Amino acid sequence: MTTQPVHFYQIGSFAVGNRLLSDDERTVQSNLDRTNSIDSGHRACQGCGEALGARYALDAAMRATNGQIVAVNATGCLEVFSTPYPETSWRIPWLHSLFGNAPAVATGVAAALRVKGNRDVRVVAQAGDGGTVDIGFGCLSGMFERNDDVLFICYDNEGYMNTGVQRSAATPPAARTATTEVVGPEPGNIFGQGKDLPRIAMAHDIPYVATATVADLHDLERKVERAMELHGARYLHVLVPCPLGWGSASNETIHIARLAKESGLFPVFEAENGKVTSVSKIRRQVPVEDYLSIQRRFAHLFGKNPRPDVVAHIQEMADQNIARYGLVDEDADSKEMAE
Amino acid sequence: MEIPFAITLDVGTSRANHTGSWRVERPVYVDRMPPCNDACPAGENIQGWLYEAESGNYEAAWRKLVEENPIPAIMGRVCFHPCETACNRVQVDEAVGINAVERFLGDLAIEKGWDLPPVGTDTGKRILVVGAGPAGLSATYHLRRLGHQVRLVDSAPQLGGMMRYGIPAYRLPREVLDAEIARIVAMGVEVELGHVVHDIDQERREGGFDAVFLAVGAQLGKRVNIPAGDSSHIIDAVSFLHQVADDDPPLLGRRVVIYGGGDTAFDAARTARRLGATDAVIVYRRNRERMGASGEELEQALGEGITVRWLSTVNKFEGDRIVLEKMELNAEGFPEPTGEFEELDADSLVLALGQDTDLSLLDQASDVTVEDGAVEVQASMMAGASGIFAGGDAVPADRTATVAVGHGKKAAHGIDDFVMGRIPAQKDRHELATFDRLNTWYYADAPRTKRPELEKIRRQTNFEEVIGGLHEDNALFEARRCLSCGNCFECDNCFGVCPDNAVIKLGPSQRYQFDYDFCKGCGICVKECPCGAIEMVPERI
Amino acid sequence: MLRQIEGSRAVAETVALCRPEVVCAYPISPQTHIIEAVGAMVKAGDLTPCEFINVESEFAAMSVAIGASATGARAYTATASQGLLFMMEAVYNAAGLGLPIVMTLANRAIGAPINIWNDHSDAMAVRDSGWIQLFAETNQEAADLHVQAFRLAEELSVPVMVCMDGFILTHAVEGVDILDQSFVDSFLPPYEPRQVLDTSDPVSIGAMVGPEAFEEVRYLAHLRQLDALERIPLIAKEFAEATGRESGGLVRSYRTDDADIIIVALGSVLGTIKDAVDIRREAGERVGVVGITSFRPFPGRAVHEALSHARQVVIVEKAFSLGSGGVLSTDVAMAMQGTPLTLRTVIAGLGGRSITRRSLEKLIEAAGRDELEGLTFLDLDNGAVERERARMSATRRSGPSAENLLRDRGTVSSVKAKEEV
Repeated sequence: MTTQPVHFYQIGSFAVGNRLLSDDERTVQSNLDRTNSIDSGHRACQGCGEALGARYALDAAMRATNGQIVAVNATGCLEVFSTPYPETSWRIPWLHSLFGNAPAVATGVAAALRVKGNRDVRVVAQAGDGGTVDIGFGCLSGMFERNDDVLFICYDNEGYMNTGVQRSAATPPAARTATTEVVGPEPGNIFGQGKDLPRIAMAHDIPYVATATVADLHDLERKVERAMELHGARYLHVLVPCPLGWGSASNETIHIARLAKESGLFPVFEAENGKVTSVSKIRRQVPVEDYLSIQRRFAHLFGKNPRPDVVAHIQEMADQNIARYGLVDEDADSKEMAE
Repeated sequence: MEIPFAITLDVGTSRANHTGSWRVERPVYVDRMPPCNDACPAGENIQGWLYEAESGNYEAAWRKLVEENPIPAIMGRVCFHPCETACNRVQVDEAVGINAVERFLGDLAIEKGWDLPPVGTDTGKRILVVGAGPAGLSATYHLRRLGHQVRLVDSAPQLGGMMRYGIPAYRLPREVLDAEIARIVAMGVEVELGHVVHDIDQERREGGFDAVFLAVGAQLGKRVNIPAGDSSHIIDAVSFLHQVADDDPPLLGRRVVIYGGGDTAFDAARTARRLGATDAVIVYRRNRERMGASGEELEQALGEGITVRWLSTVNKFEGDRIVLEKMELNAEGFPEPTGEFEELDADSLVLALGQDTDLSLLDQASDVTVEDGAVEVQASMMAGASGIFAGGDAVPADRTATVAVGHGKKAAHGIDDFVMGRIPAQKDRHELATFDRLNTWYYADAPRTKRPELEKIRRQTNFEEVIGGLHEDNALFEARRCLSCGNCFECDNCFGVCPDNAVIKLGPSQRYQFDYDFCKGCGICVKECPCGAIEMVPERI
Repeated sequence: MLRQIEGSRAVAETVALCRPEVVCAYPISPQTHIIEAVGAMVKAGDLTPCEFINVESEFAAMSVAIGASATGARAYTATASQGLLFMMEAVYNAAGLGLPIVMTLANRAIGAPINIWNDHSDAMAVRDSGWIQLFAETNQEAADLHVQAFRLAEELSVPVMVCMDGFILTHAVEGVDILDQSFVDSFLPPYEPRQVLDTSDPVSIGAMVGPEAFEEVRYLAHLRQLDALERIPLIAKEFAEATGRESGGLVRSYRTDDADIIIVALGSVLGTIKDAVDIRREAGERVGVVGITSFRPFPGRAVHEALSHARQVVIVEKAFSLGSGGVLSTDVAMAMQGTPLTLRTVIAGLGGRSITRRSLEKLIEAAGRDELEGLTFLDLDNGAVERERARMSATRRSGPSAENLLRDRGTVSSVKAKEEV
């Protein structure tokens, strides 16, 4: 990263755009010509992180492929709020089949394109956390194992939100959902369960695995772009806060995603062929309380009968991530310079 | 393609669903007052000209600047920059170096020979401006832009007021001063130097002036009674600096004591060093926290070998010895004598104890009130009701060049309203863009550049400028550190973060518009706007 | 070309002639030889361009086919029994989306208890899904039906499954005439999708349809099935004219013109039934057979016409609806409404139990004597059933019935039997 002052653009590489940068140095989202793969009129809740994440990822994929992508979508929030007859908000070719088969359907689409000799059109499969880590897991693993030419994007809002906020294997410990209620000796979701899909994906040694959040657009777009440079099975796991399910204010979606990363609870990194290749460092570390306390699904850890023991346990998890991925620079004074 | 009923849907059909109906509150774009603009006594649109400077449009930036203040090269050297104190960036890392960029632009304008805005169409009105310091020059500039004729008089042999006669050359080089003054004069101003006005009413009548602006400053150094011998060399700082500026410096000897703690005391001390004093000692009756001079001034003075005696008063000056009495601060923070004394060797004593006005020219003026040595004025800078206006050090206000420049502008507009028979328009101020409204995450970390400083040794033997300016690289860097508080700078965040694609980007320099057909009122745009230029208002139901 | 060939192999080679572009399958007895053969052809480069994908489950198999078909590729898969149930969601999905996938269903019983042998319970489980279901009587017909299936599917945008009895047909080696490529090419033009994922003309396929339009969507799908009733005979006719043999069609009658009693059945058992019919005919019985080839859409009118002159109709079926009765019988009964016909249901061959010619002869005799009950189970071991019922009423924890029956048979070690008693 260059630190020449003349390239310092005030808001550097964090904001969506920058009037002082040339078009190709800005994000896809800053461009008037962006595809708007998912357009206005959809029925997502106010402040929906998934609607935002989907547009971010797909617009980036559209640019990376010169507008040649086909999307396969699993059942879930994204599918339901985007295609209620007679309205669809998708501007790209899009197919919805079932809940658990998005990876397999995408395999089929990729196979068809290949057999027709079409090398330009690329396949993106997308699902929520439920359709990825639970009911879609078998098909996902199969797609990985065969190294089918599909970019699979998981929009992780940590629960089955579309059906009324039930727990999935992606629901974090202590979180309240309708099937892990805040009652009994261990209120909320149980510690020790859950799957780390990015690491499972890495264990398949597929060409590309990355995690991202809706709070860092530049990073997300770069990863989609990188994914589209490669062929074979690729996996992108995007954290998308859900105001409804997480009990957060609708305007906090990006802020919360940012805190998830900055606390260490959601590590942001890239891996190729099973090995971590880059890590997005924490810029201004925060304690997990900052992240947890603004979500009502964790409200029972604070307030009248606080559970500092649980919070400490969660902090341990964050610290483990920090250690495992090297998320914090040893040099305490270091700060990210703008590119 | 012919698509099957209901199972398959055509692109664009969701736009029939106007989700805007979901809202209970809507976002609106606002412009808020940046704290720098708010704090600038001259009323500069600092955020506005920094915005231009950021893209390297220096001329556009300079032009925006001189809309309010015609002497940026000077201000960039002598202004005490309250804008930087108010700057929100202080709470991120350090204030934006606004002053340094202003100076850069001012110097560049001189170098490139950019012209000030044109003179307005002649109104036929004649205005007398008494005093060619910053207030008078500023008023002259604005009056000429408004199309009025101006006669500028000053008692000194050269224009500039305290800028020439009070501020030493190492702080404000004469070429810079002369260049910016000349530019104003070149707008077509009648100048009369060496002219003292004794009776303002008479002067006005004789000259047929429609209005008068008094910018006579406070040119008399305060004196206190210090028991001294006949041969003791005591001089007040104002006279001292004036003589230096006239190229006729008094001989102060090798050991100079300066009595006082304001900027003038430091100017005197540092000037004394340059004139050859080996010891220049400032004596101040309070402590460091209480002194009037800026921290920068003190730092630079100490760097030049000047020493300071805190909590001391001058008791008497006999022969070549000054007796100091030590003070201590009481519970209320006022210094009280301790009865302990100290002696200093001294060849001369310079008194920098404040300045008084000479407002004798108003003695005959009936409806002008002078109180405590200052002219009482209204918001329009008018004193009384008959077209006598006053500003700068002569009116009750902070005594700085920047305040004076601001007064000159206000007075010019006040005079304009008065002579053209207009009721002054009420201008609404935008709400302040406070720090809590910003989302500073988006600003990259970058500390402020440091202005280069001359080597201390070199400084002490000549009057070369001590603080050098920024060159383009770091001036640009500095300008780009501006957070653009409360004013959209087209970062595209709102356009990008809306989950409903309900922000319309209108194009470069045209900002954005909300698509209220689809905006659900989630408020992410407000939260993620780095500069706080969006606000939620309740929906009209 | 006529070849001595295993049924599975014949199907595989015929499917290959249909130029499928994406073949995906998960192995399950008794379908394995079909997909192995196709897979080998693809791998050797004999079937090209074609993508053969080894999927991780049947659910994935049908899903891959869905994705491929929606992208405009001709897609094929095969399964049976448990595999069909595992892909059930996707089976309905394919029909709902109107994707012309062709699938071979190597009919096999559904567990528990696990059973790999033939019956029709798997096909019956998806009869309401919107797939066209064609039953092959012989390996020749099984092979031929696949060509017709692709044509039919792609014309109507409806998926088609060709049902062939597991092991009985799939693993039988006999003479089958394998068509040649040029004929198949002329009979089956390249696939032109009705709707397709196309970056130059994007659409959203698979919307959520609510109460306001769902009924219409379903009805439209039903109408397409009724359209199939028109197309199936015409396609079969075209095929017959070109090849000189009858394959496909809606129903096929044998010696029914003057029949008093008509047996109705699906699939390979028709061969045995015809043998039994011939023998009874010699004995003077006026008996005939109607084989139903197109089970879905159910050819009500054709069935009605074929049966209405008979006095008694005996439906021999390899599936039944527990707690109710015959499945095919219900469809036949609907078709024969308003006629004074006597309908008798005989459940036979469940779990692969042999249906012997001898048993069928006895059956026909009994029918002739009007001795058949409404619902009969052919060759049922009543003794074993009685003994198990007794055990169940004697003690609560009587154990799993299947195991008990086997033990009763002496199939399981008698040590345990001793403990029991």
